[in-house]
Amino acid sequence: MKKIALFLAAVMLAVSLSATAFAEEIFANGDQYDKIGGELNVLNWGEYIDPELIQLFEEETGVKVNYIEMLSNEEMLIKLASPDCVYDLCFPSDYIIEKLIASDMLLPLDYDKIPNAKNIAQEQLALTGTFDPGNKYSLPYMWGTVGILYNTELVTEPVTSWKILWDEKYAGQIWMYDSVRDSIGVTLKMLGYDLNTRNADEVAEARDALIAQKPLTKGYGTDNTRASMVNGKGALCVIYSGDAFCCIDENDSLAYAVPEEGSNVWYDNVIIPKTAKNVEAAHAFINFLNDANIAARNTEYICYSTPNAAAMDLLDEYYTGSETYNPPAEVLERCEVFHDLGEFTEVFNDAWTKIKAA
Amino acid sequence: MHRKVFAYPYIVWMILFIAAPMLFIFYYAVNVDGVWTFAKCWQTLSDPQKWRILWESVKMAFNTTALCLLLGYPIAYILSNMKKSVAGFISVLFFVPMWMNFVLRTYAWYAILEYALPDKISAAISGTEGAVLMVLVYNFIPFMVMPLYNCLTKLDRSLLEAAADLGANRFKTFTKVVLPLSVPGIVSGITMVFIPAITAFTVPALIGNGNYHLYGNEIELAFKQMSSAGDYSIGSTLSIILFALVIISTMIMNRVDGSNAEGGTLL
Amino acid sequence: MKKVRSSFKYVYLGLMLLFLYLPILYLIVFSFNEFSTGRRISYANLGKWKGFTFANYGRIFTGEAGSALILTLEIAVITSIVATVIGTAAAIGINSMKKRPRQLITSVSQLPMVNPDLVTGITFMMLFAFINGILVKMGMAQVNDFVKLLVAHISFSIPYVIFSVLPRLRQSSDMLYEAALDLGCTPLQALWKVVIPDIMPGISTGFIMALTMSLDDFVVSYFVSDLRSTLSVYIYSSARGAKGVNPALATVIFIPLVTLLLVVNLRRLKKEHEDEIQNRKVKMK
Repeated sequence: MKKIALFLAAVMLAVSLSATAFAEEIFANGDQYDKIGGELNVLNWGEYIDPELIQLFEEETGVKVNYIEMLSNEEMLIKLASPDCVYDLCFPSDYIIEKLIASDMLLPLDYDKIPNAKNIAQEQLALTGTFDPGNKYSLPYMWGTVGILYNTELVTEPVTSWKILWDEKYAGQIWMYDSVRDSIGVTLKMLGYDLNTRNADEVAEARDALIAQKPLTKGYGTDNTRASMVNGKGALCVIYSGDAFCCIDENDSLAYAVPEEGSNVWYDNVIIPKTAKNVEAAHAFINFLNDANIAARNTEYICYSTPNAAAMDLLDEYYTGSETYNPPAEVLERCEVFHDLGEFTEVFNDAWTKIKAA
Repeated sequence: MHRKVFAYPYIVWMILFIAAPMLFIFYYAVNVDGVWTFAKCWQTLSDPQKWRILWESVKMAFNTTALCLLLGYPIAYILSNMKKSVAGFISVLFFVPMWMNFVLRTYAWYAILEYALPDKISAAISGTEGAVLMVLVYNFIPFMVMPLYNCLTKLDRSLLEAAADLGANRFKTFTKVVLPLSVPGIVSGITMVFIPAITAFTVPALIGNGNYHLYGNEIELAFKQMSSAGDYSIGSTLSIILFALVIISTMIMNRVDGSNAEGGTLL
Repeated sequence: MKKVRSSFKYVYLGLMLLFLYLPILYLIVFSFNEFSTGRRISYANLGKWKGFTFANYGRIFTGEAGSALILTLEIAVITSIVATVIGTAAAIGINSMKKRPRQLITSVSQLPMVNPDLVTGITFMMLFAFINGILVKMGMAQVNDFVKLLVAHISFSIPYVIFSVLPRLRQSSDMLYEAALDLGCTPLQALWKVVIPDIMPGISTGFIMALTMSLDDFVVSYFVSDLRSTLSVYIYSSARGAKGVNPALATVIFIPLVTLLLVVNLRRLKKEHEDEIQNRKVKMK
């Protein structure tokens, strides 16, 4: 029995050891953080931050971070809109932020407390300005495209169109994305429509196409599709560029393509809800994440593209040279940003329940 | 001091946390963002797809129950005929998995179906209705075996001897004596499997690859994945239907069982 | 013929046990498999064998899995104690009531038992959103996850305690309590010294049931909690996430459980066996 306890103690020690050396490396430029204290409740996507960074932030500021993960934008919105919202910081996408601003649920950012905001590329701020004018309420955290991750051993033809997801050759090997805007969005694009359409007939057409496709799919997944693709269990998968980059890193027979009909370019921005309790710590965390060293470290860990220009300068060719990580201008030209659809969201939701239940 | 005062703390608790919360699903069913309306409620009730999913869930629950009974009865029967000390030990083995976290056991099946099988077979099975059925049976079979085993061990052995003495063969003894006497066990087994199986949402969510959808998932979708104002109303309406269905099945089961000792006037 | 039949029995039982234990054994075997270390995060490797390691066991007690494990145990222990106290008191009270109120209370108490846990979870989610909404408007602190989980778990556990204790109470005679009062006990003393010992088996069954219900709950916790995950919720969200579930959890739950149950049952079996021998001796005399 004692031996087992010793063994466990040894394992736990090894896990917690690396933190201090890491802090020295990150703070080589001598940054200082004030002691703030209290708790910070963070709502984020799965594996969307380097956990060591959270630990580092806790050590530097004395704030205890409670970190909770979600799988979809809609789940986040429900949690944020609930009368008992407990979160101080959240990282939803563009169209959700537009909706949150419209419902007056966000706190304007205090840029005096975020000096590191200067690190963010101006052209990225211009784009996020389309859903948050002047970036009054939000700052971009990560960005990317939606595309198809495919296994080159199973898919030998070039992947240029969303139509390949309806190809019977790949029956049972197609992963769709379990999110209303993404799955319906790529179908709208395949049909040649606008991602932000407010035409009920077009949504109905996309819905029927997805229902027809359902027998061919392996399933509707979110993060769990990654393990499946890396293990060679799926042929095609609708995926975010960052996840694709990460999968290709682990299995080099995988490749990523953004179809020619066009796609979605998205931004996950950091926001502070009006109901936030520890506003001070929330700002400190945003500033912390935008430190060039930390943002670089974070993007290397998450594999999602950073909007932080200073961090981009620190990255090596492996990232900046990758078309998945750093999409060329002609890919971005055919991509649109999602916008909040107001009451028309109900039409999308209704179509989505029909698809899920088909 | 009369002893009934001991029940008062519970009565307060019951009103606050058992009875009152139920009112919320009725409230939200007819109230969208503070406005009283039957629109969403009616839209849900008149949606044939919702009824189709309910029907599929009932069918799935029925199949699960039937398979559990078919597979579980022989287990209970064999165990009840064994020497008591051996049977006691083996029956414990059958009930141990029940104590393991069921989400974890369900996930294990996901891993087996997705990764352990050869690619072709896994592509054919993983995420299908059949896979969901199998894992449901897996999760519920101990709940069928337990009451059956309890019932069969209490069976009066002298009745079997009497049947044999009167010339009944083994088969006849089983169908004419054992089976009728084990009806209470069968009924409580069915209650313990059928009703939870209708509302299962974890198993389809984890095993169905997001592709296979039962009534429970429809409710979860409305409350957890949908963001427009009317979705609470849709989810609440679906919950009321489910609640009514469960109460009715419980009442029928209680009627059949007949041994409803305490307080069965409402249920 | 008889031999064939009896070996068929054992084959059948063996197959069914295999069916029940296959997924558990699968996880235990793969808990010794090395994780795939990707660029982003190492995730559970449940397909291909990569190499033998104990590292997965270290991961359990750190980070989210560890705090989920602790939270689950805390909630389960407090729930089962509180539910047992309130439930036992309630059962004693209910048992001494007149027929009408008794039937009303027992009927309502059956609600959480027959109500699908999905509906229970949703109603609690709405209740706490409502309460917290009011508290926020009044500028007060919200009810936190720990309290929410506790209240929900206690609520669905109490009826199991009540319905384990009630049958015992009905078997025990009222006379005992009355006699204790006549002999000079206060009502509380009479309860504590006479009634409680008499119904102890029912109370302990209720306690175990409350403990089990709380430990095994997924659906209610899933709907109620915002910030903290119980073990089931943690497993569910990691199963749907990229990392997958650490299979070492299976061993950590399974081994103590089996040991506990086998020890308890073997002791009981041994006792039964001794009793049987004793009985036989008596009969022979």
